Amino acid sequence: MPHDHHDHDDPHALLPPDPALRVRALETLLARKGLIEPAALDEIIDTYQNRIGPRNGAQVVARAWSDPAFRAALLQDATPVVADLGFFGRQGEHVVAVENTPEVHNMVVCTLCSCYPWPLLGIPPAWYKSDAYRSRAVREPRKVLADFGVSLPEEIAVRVWDSTAEVRYLVIPRRPEGTEGMSVEDLAALVTRDSMIGTGLARAPTA
Amino acid sequence: MTRVHDMGGRFGDGPVDPGAPDEPIFAQEWHARALAVTLAAGALGQWNLDMSRHARERLAPRDYMSFSYFEKWIAGLADLLVETGVLTEADLRGQGDDAVHPLAARALKSGDVAAALARGGPADRPYDGHPAFAPGQAVRTLRPAANRLVDGGHTRLPAYAAGATGRVLRCHGAHVLPDAHAHGRGEAPEPLYSVVFPAGALWAAPENPRDEVTLDLWQSYLEPA
Repeated sequence: MPHDHHDHDDPHALLPPDPALRVRALETLLARKGLIEPAALDEIIDTYQNRIGPRNGAQVVARAWSDPAFRAALLQDATPVVADLGFFGRQGEHVVAVENTPEVHNMVVCTLCSCYPWPLLGIPPAWYKSDAYRSRAVREPRKVLADFGVSLPEEIAVRVWDSTAEVRYLVIPRRPEGTEGMSVEDLAALVTRDSMIGTGLARAPTA
Repeated sequence: MTRVHDMGGRFGDGPVDPGAPDEPIFAQEWHARALAVTLAAGALGQWNLDMSRHARERLAPRDYMSFSYFEKWIAGLADLLVETGVLTEADLRGQGDDAVHPLAARALKSGDVAAALARGGPADRPYDGHPAFAPGQAVRTLRPAANRLVDGGHTRLPAYAAGATGRVLRCHGAHVLPDAHAHGRGEAPEPLYSVVFPAGALWAAPENPRDEVTLDLWQSYLEPA
């Protein structure tokens, strides 16, 4: 449906209204003028579709659970520590790891846009970018957690991190019971994306 | 003073839909194209990250609220391309020419994508001043939440946290100030702090008195409390 208002003349309104056609029109225009290379677009998409995702962050968490020196260095200054594992770059230039404990549960949001640690978790899921999450996570985090099926005891404080600058936050969830002696690889399989945002908990091992 | 993107604490949005665990990364093929076109066009170097955030925030409220996530990206991109003179309105109407653009030499090549993404855009800068606040110190955010350099301009102090008293957790060193950078006023780096606020300092009816909200705030957003 075309926009039913023409009282402002923002340039974007000159493009076709259907979003898929709008993107294609802009891409075609830029490519014809030599301003973008379509193969570069394919490369960007392949990177975030297939190569960078929450398995990266899960490796960091599993290492932190297994190696006290790694955990201490991560909590002290995460950026160089995760860079050593190969996780750095766009939307992960400044990383802070925050650890869940029996006293505090951490949860991350970006109320102003959709800031998210791309090199560690990939492109954010739709819910992270939704108005409902952005508006409610800071004011009623426990009700938002309930939407994810998570319920925390009253004694645990919820600390919500609103990503208002270029610092990106990684939640280190609590290590599940019954995982003593498990390998880093097996532990990483218990670390869900949502547990590293703070809207979930790490999975319990299957006996 | 406020813009529609500044929605932290707003009432009425309903439940969060956590989606399915096997949800595709890009729900539609055009979402992926929108992300890639935006990143590739950014590599032309005609604007910075703060300008592109501001371009999305400046969408008319009815556009902002009716557009889906990546529609906002593509609308902000189209507006920026015209504002910076890379494209003309005639181009967007399909009435421009196809001559090779003077900026074509800067186009991101597929072989350079990995390096460009790996490089990213660090925001920390050297700073020869001394941070005004120390960890543990009580600070209060300015009120109203507004860009003090450009009326109606970009700022990263959310309205819900304006005029609230919290405590400095840590200093991240000096970072580029978005309020200046989004408006072509240089990087103006200043100390950036994580500041923690009790939920009761922000909300009339906090869910739990133990809960807290932490924000990253630039020094000029803060005063001693």
